[in-house]
Amino acid sequence: MSLLDYFKTKKTPSTAVTAKERLQIIVAHQRGERDVPDYFPAMKQEIIEVIRKYVQIDSDQVTVQLDQNDDHLSVLELNVTLPEK
Amino acid sequence: MHMAQIIVVTSGKGGVGKTTSSAAIATGLALKGHKTVVVDFDIGLRNLDLIMGCERRVVYDFVNVINGEANLNQTLIKDKRTSNLYILPASQTRDKDALTKEGVGRVLDELRKEFEYIICDSPAGIETGAMMALYFADIAIVTTNPEVSSVRDSDRILGMLQSKSKRAEDGLEPVKEFLLLTRYSPTRVATGEMLSVADVEEILAIPLLGVIPESQAVLKASNSGIPVIVDQESDAGQAYSDSVARLLGEDVAMRFVTEEKKGFLKRIFGS
Ligand SMILES: Nc1ncnc2c1ncn2[C@@H]1O[C@H](COP(=O)(O)OP(=O)(O)OP(=O)(O)O)[C@@H](O)[C@H]1O
Ligand SMILES: [Mg+2]
Repeated sequence: MSLLDYFKTKKTPSTAVTAKERLQIIVAHQRGERDVPDYFPAMKQEIIEVIRKYVQIDSDQVTVQLDQNDDHLSVLELNVTLPEK
Repeated sequence: MHMAQIIVVTSGKGGVGKTTSSAAIATGLALKGHKTVVVDFDIGLRNLDLIMGCERRVVYDFVNVINGEANLNQTLIKDKRTSNLYILPASQTRDKDALTKEGVGRVLDELRKEFEYIICDSPAGIETGAMMALYFADIAIVTTNPEVSSVRDSDRILGMLQSKSKRAEDGLEPVKEFLLLTRYSPTRVATGEMLSVADVEEILAIPLLGVIPESQAVLKASNSGIPVIVDQESDAGQAYSDSVARLLGEDVAMRFVTEEKKGFLKRIFGS
């Protein structure tokens, strides 16, 4: 790395940091979808349709996630971003 | 009585260095005195034979053995350079559906009787070929490049190892997973252009088997059909040797993970 490069890289934020942040989100999402019961995708779709009867939303404004906290407890987490009024 | 170990070299993403690593690790284990066979699961796109330099000695292949058209003795290729080392080539003409769980299981059971280590070079992807390569594994070497798509695919493969492998299905002790980070460039990590070893370790959260630097020695090795681990002058060759030692339980410090120290003038004026 030359002196010039040194100043150049200091100015822009590191792309490796961006890569890591993106991966943390991607991987968390991927792991959430792992080992979900077979009925899950269909159930998720129906939930979205029920909400759509009342509010206009896109499918990506809804996240439905199943968290297996331990052997005895699973939590179904539903997040809906409602459009601004 | 020995307990044979089935090791899959897998990744999800293509072109990350699975075949390079399978050839190097199999050769490394054989050099350490362990009777080893390396099996090409990339049906239709074989290239392990090229990396091992035995392409002209292929007569029969994995699919012939599964179909009972040839036996293992006729099909296994004995490495010319390294004793204790054998290659089971893939078929060039068939497609991946030629591999069945039953057939692969039968061949692996037979190999288990003869070999200490069975290295399975997985094809890319998450379809039949890759599934067959990982299904019977005791150990998985998850080959990953420091790149977003490769790390994501490695995480998907980890999910499959944990739910779709035989060990998972049978409720046995899970497949032992290791991270092999390849094509690593400490200089680019230092400038913030590449994910670091620590970043990838943190995201995938599995033990690190080794870090293989981006190296010109790899192309040289593949040009000549000699696994890069044989080139002990090279950084990649040494890094693979270290990884094999760790696989065998030795405690070896990581090398080639930090930027090489350059002279003061070189640092100022660039190289
Ligand atoms: N450490 C390295 N340094 C430089 N080049 C490398 C390194 N490792 C692998 N390569 C190169 O990357 C390319 C892909 O390697 P390889 O064939 O081993 O990958 P693969 O994962 O088996 O690919 P596929 O998914 O197609 O089977 C080859 O050209 C190889 O020479
Ligand atoms: Mg390959």
